[in-house]
Amino acid sequence: MNGKHDITLTINGQAYAIRVEARRTLADVIREECGQTGTHLGCEHGVCGTCTVIVDGAPVRSCLMFAVQCDGAKIRTVEGLADGEEPHPLQRAFMEHHALQCGFCTPGFLMLAVGVLEREPDIGDEDLLDILSSNLCRCTGYANIVKAVRAAAAQMRRR
Amino acid sequence: MKPAAFEYHAPKTIAEAVALLAEVAPDDGRILAGGQSLVPTMAFRLARPAHLVDINGVDGLDRLYLDGNELSIGACVRHAAFHRPVVDGRLGLLLSSIVRHIAHYPIRQRGTFCGSLAQADPASEWCLTAVTLDGTMTAKSVRGSRTIGAQDFIEGIMTTALAEDELLTEARLPIPPDDTRFGFCEFNRIAGGFAVAMVLAAYGLKDGVITRPRLGVGGVETRPRRIPEAEQALEGRSPGAQAFRAASAAAAGAVDPMEDINTSADYRRDLVATLTLRALESAWS
Repeated sequence: MNGKHDITLTINGQAYAIRVEARRTLADVIREECGQTGTHLGCEHGVCGTCTVIVDGAPVRSCLMFAVQCDGAKIRTVEGLADGEEPHPLQRAFMEHHALQCGFCTPGFLMLAVGVLEREPDIGDEDLLDILSSNLCRCTGYANIVKAVRAAAAQMRRR
Repeated sequence: MKPAAFEYHAPKTIAEAVALLAEVAPDDGRILAGGQSLVPTMAFRLARPAHLVDINGVDGLDRLYLDGNELSIGACVRHAAFHRPVVDGRLGLLLSSIVRHIAHYPIRQRGTFCGSLAQADPASEWCLTAVTLDGTMTAKSVRGSRTIGAQDFIEGIMTTALAEDELLTEARLPIPPDDTRFGFCEFNRIAGGFAVAMVLAAYGLKDGVITRPRLGVGGVETRPRRIPEAEQALEGRSPGAQAFRAASAAAAGAVDPMEDINTSADYRRDLVATLTLRALESAWS
């Protein structure tokens, strides 16, 4: 019952060989075993989206996967967005458009939007609104989040 | 909260999966597919399965293909697979419009079509789709394989015809005739929320009148079902306000709506009337 599994998670290109119980969620393991605490945990049951990370190219709720399911998967978290000291265009847009207040939900919004924009750079405004409805911000910052993501989408298309 | 401890199994073939399931099912072993309903239930400790048989690595279960006149949807095909039309014609467009009502984008990357059927939430869009379009489900176990019609498969709230040792390997949707029109309309309070009520309408036209009408209602009763009274009100009638209003009244009169803390039966009945009308109009436009 309490058997542990030896797995390797690749987070932002770095391999973490770890031993975990099957019941441990990907979110918890990213934070605790791998020490990458940029990924936040809010509701822990898939509603708030704060724990969103990109697994093999798809933005997913890391609280709704078990780490053992991600053995060998390529995982991207907020720590991997910046290029050295240079923030990702979306991170810069969040700063410029005041798209965060307390910042708790921000890593989830960033990984959600980056995950979608990389796959669908030409996504329409309405679809983008629908996608941003996936995550919760309790500082009432949605209008600025939408502005920031639209601005970054335009910039990412130009690059 | 955190899920309770369980033993994890990751079979590679259907044969291995059903053998494992047969072994662990009596000990509260369950299938893990997308996990988007099961894992939150485990986080709340409402479910504490002793074993999980993870089918995500099982060969071939992610197949989505046209087999003759049927769309075959494997157990691991994600909701997101339907974001773009998976078949030519109106059915592909219908499925891509329905999928947008299922939770949110990240959930749709993991959650599966067949998982929704096996979960049998009354508010499931795919359960309504399968029932209205006469889908069939394939259940496999060490004892063999059987095919179950959608209406028989979904027995009630979170209850299906699957035995505890059976794995739902595939769902099939028959491709309706080319001239079939569809309309889907759902009401919920927040984006991505559970349907308070939803209606799926389908019909063809022959010599200017409605033929082969199907009118399915979901989220209203304990399971989705077609409403024969509404279909009779449409059969052989010219499409338009008069026939649609008659079907809408017939549907509202025929359902026995559930109540919950936010929603009275009368309110759900009113929604059925409005959504039926809108679904029929949307199929016509």
